[in-house]
Amino acid sequence: MATETMPLMKAINAGLRKALEEDPKTLLMGEDVGRLGGVFRVTDGLYKDFGEERVVDTPLAESGIVGTAIGLALRGYRPILEIQFDGFVYPAFDQITTQLAKMHARALGKLRMPVTIRMPYGGGIGSVEHHSESPEAYFAHTAGLRVVSPSDSSDAYWMLQQAVRSDDPVLYLEPKRRYWQKGALDTAAEPSIGLHQARVHRPFEGDAPADLTLIAYGPMVKTCLDAAAAAAAEGRRLEVVDLRSISPIDFDTVQACVEASGRALVVHEAPVFGAIGGEVAARITERCFYSLEAPVLRVGGYHAPYPPAKAEEEYLPGVDRVLEAVDRSMAY
Amino acid sequence: MTTKSSSVRAGGKGARGGGRRRTGSTAPASGRPATEAAELVQLLTPEGERAEHPDYSIDLTPEQLRDRYRDMVMVRRFDGEAVTLQRQGELGLWASLLGQEAAQIGSARAMRPDDYVFPTYREHGVAWCRDVDPLTLMGMFRGVSHGGWDPNENNFHLYTIVIGSQTLHAVGYAMGIAKDGADAAVTAYFGDGASSQGDVSEAFNFASVYNSPVVFFCQNNQWAISEPTERQFRVPLYQRAAGFGFPGVRVDGNDVLAVEAVTRWALDHARSGGGPVLVEAYTYRMGAHTTTDDPSRYRLSAEQEQWKLKDPIARLKALLTREGIADHDWFETVDAEAEQLAKRLRDGVRSMPNPEPSSLIFDNVYTEPHALVDEERAAYRRFAESLADAEQEGGR
Ligand SMILES: Cc1ncc(C[n+]2csc(CCOP(=O)(O)OP(=O)(O)O)c2C)c(N)n1
Ligand SMILES: [Mg+2]
Repeated sequence: MATETMPLMKAINAGLRKALEEDPKTLLMGEDVGRLGGVFRVTDGLYKDFGEERVVDTPLAESGIVGTAIGLALRGYRPILEIQFDGFVYPAFDQITTQLAKMHARALGKLRMPVTIRMPYGGGIGSVEHHSESPEAYFAHTAGLRVVSPSDSSDAYWMLQQAVRSDDPVLYLEPKRRYWQKGALDTAAEPSIGLHQARVHRPFEGDAPADLTLIAYGPMVKTCLDAAAAAAAEGRRLEVVDLRSISPIDFDTVQACVEASGRALVVHEAPVFGAIGGEVAARITERCFYSLEAPVLRVGGYHAPYPPAKAEEEYLPGVDRVLEAVDRSMAY
Repeated sequence: MTTKSSSVRAGGKGARGGGRRRTGSTAPASGRPATEAAELVQLLTPEGERAEHPDYSIDLTPEQLRDRYRDMVMVRRFDGEAVTLQRQGELGLWASLLGQEAAQIGSARAMRPDDYVFPTYREHGVAWCRDVDPLTLMGMFRGVSHGGWDPNENNFHLYTIVIGSQTLHAVGYAMGIAKDGADAAVTAYFGDGASSQGDVSEAFNFASVYNSPVVFFCQNNQWAISEPTERQFRVPLYQRAAGFGFPGVRVDGNDVLAVEAVTRWALDHARSGGGPVLVEAYTYRMGAHTTTDDPSRYRLSAEQEQWKLKDPIARLKALLTREGIADHDWFETVDAEAEQLAKRLRDGVRSMPNPEPSSLIFDNVYTEPHALVDEERAAYRRFAESLADAEQEGGR
């Protein structure tokens, strides 16, 4: 009955609705999430249906949003927060990293922080400054936080349920440029895949191992699938590992893939230096050293502030840059 | 929404400021006039009649009055043109100042050239007064730059989009002015929504503690995207200043005369060692938050209709007409000039070149060469060239 095709953002909306319905202790908090339904309309209709006690328009203060959510969590609530844009999470950075992330450890396990922080991230929408950034590395670097990012409608819905149910704080990163990307969602059957498991796509014919493993998450999964499709047309077999989770990372799945293919390329929008790609590359080197045919390569943003919109196409990894790196890897 | 009282005085200010006064001050040592006003400061009624206020007055020459009118008309016109250009896909976004012309022109014209301005992202009218070409502003919203003007050329800082951050920069700049013994002042613009940010409270506190020459100028336009001011504060904003130990004044933000009078006083107060002042310009965001916003989802158009009756331009026009300061022909000339400006901007935006991407991305990340940036720039160029070559081959 329940399989529908819907845009990723509608799937998040449906997921939030389910979370609000299932647990009376959940509540949504954020700027403009109420009457407006969020600047992207992700929370559309929820204020009307659940009221202002459950869907809360907060004062314009990110530190306040996260800090008070910590207090609400201490009191037994399960807050689901929205940070309006990636570039505006920093006023809350202190509360997230020094308080939220560490509370469980500091209290010797006596306290739990079941707080979900939703945040649209990444570029590609032609926006002004601070609306296109990929700050996941800062958070993945912080012990105590779980960091995940869905790439399609089904994951958007189900990973949100898992994130909300988690008794640890979860940063749930929404690939905003894919908000309008349609995908199938079955709301009746929870997939067996866990929140922190990677998923492998093998968009080519036959059972032979892939020529190369692309590793991505969030918005870059589609870019990598597009690259794989283009490569398949030229007879090259690229598999795509959708990490889905950035902290922790499912290195077992990554390892199995790379041991078979011998080549790996990590793709993300975030600047390459000091980011997730480096961590993945190091782990692959440790785990798959004798299987590697080429060094693990990375494609991502540059070591520069996210540029004005007219240059973002050049800044962001696209199919061409992915395939160029594939060529470099294959040349070893 | 009604307003009750307009000014809260911080007690003991004169004594506290003693010994810290900087030289070169021009304002009366006593700070702002003593009488407590019971109303929003207003010198020009919505009907365009002059109003008296016990504390504030302003004497603008006929020429200055015409200038203020002209400023507001020009600014409204180019703001409207920007909205149109966004609709046509020429700009990525625009944050309209519609309705806030008096708050911006009045405050900006109260400043001296050596005063320094820290704007938000909506201060196109202030930018206009600081001689920043509207075409440059539009370039930012088109996506060719993150600003594009040299802040030091006009003492007008870059737009700040992260809500509230610039208020601290303004205080720091003002601290520097005080250390230098200069007699300039700083204006920090911010919104009603921004008043909730920790940075803004910290700015108030630093300014108070260091008695910094800064004017916090809040355009309370009643909305922070979809959130009304009740979500940001439960006491009138200007009253907050008292708790930090400096004066707060609420002024009719649609009255260009009152705004200029109050801001002049505030700047003089700051400049002459009196410390910070909070000015709350009570106004209304007549348009959407930005071109991507749809206000019909959260507010009633009746509210907007009410505010239309308080239009800042119409009321000054009524005054100019009543007092015979300007006639029909002159108004037509201004309108024609505004149309010319709009045309220049339209043409300018449409023919605006895209900067070379690699310079947009890699130039100016650091003041000095940086190995990683250099390496990535080289890699980028190699890749871009290989693409161009491939395209050429494909074309053959
Ligand atoms: C730190 C931060 N959080 C959120 C935003 C998103 N945002 C942009 S404008 C705005 C509302 C600002 O309201 P106000 O301060 O009243 O200024 P106005 O837009 O009315 O001029 C919000 C929430 C932001 N730019 N920065
Ligand atoms: Mg506002």
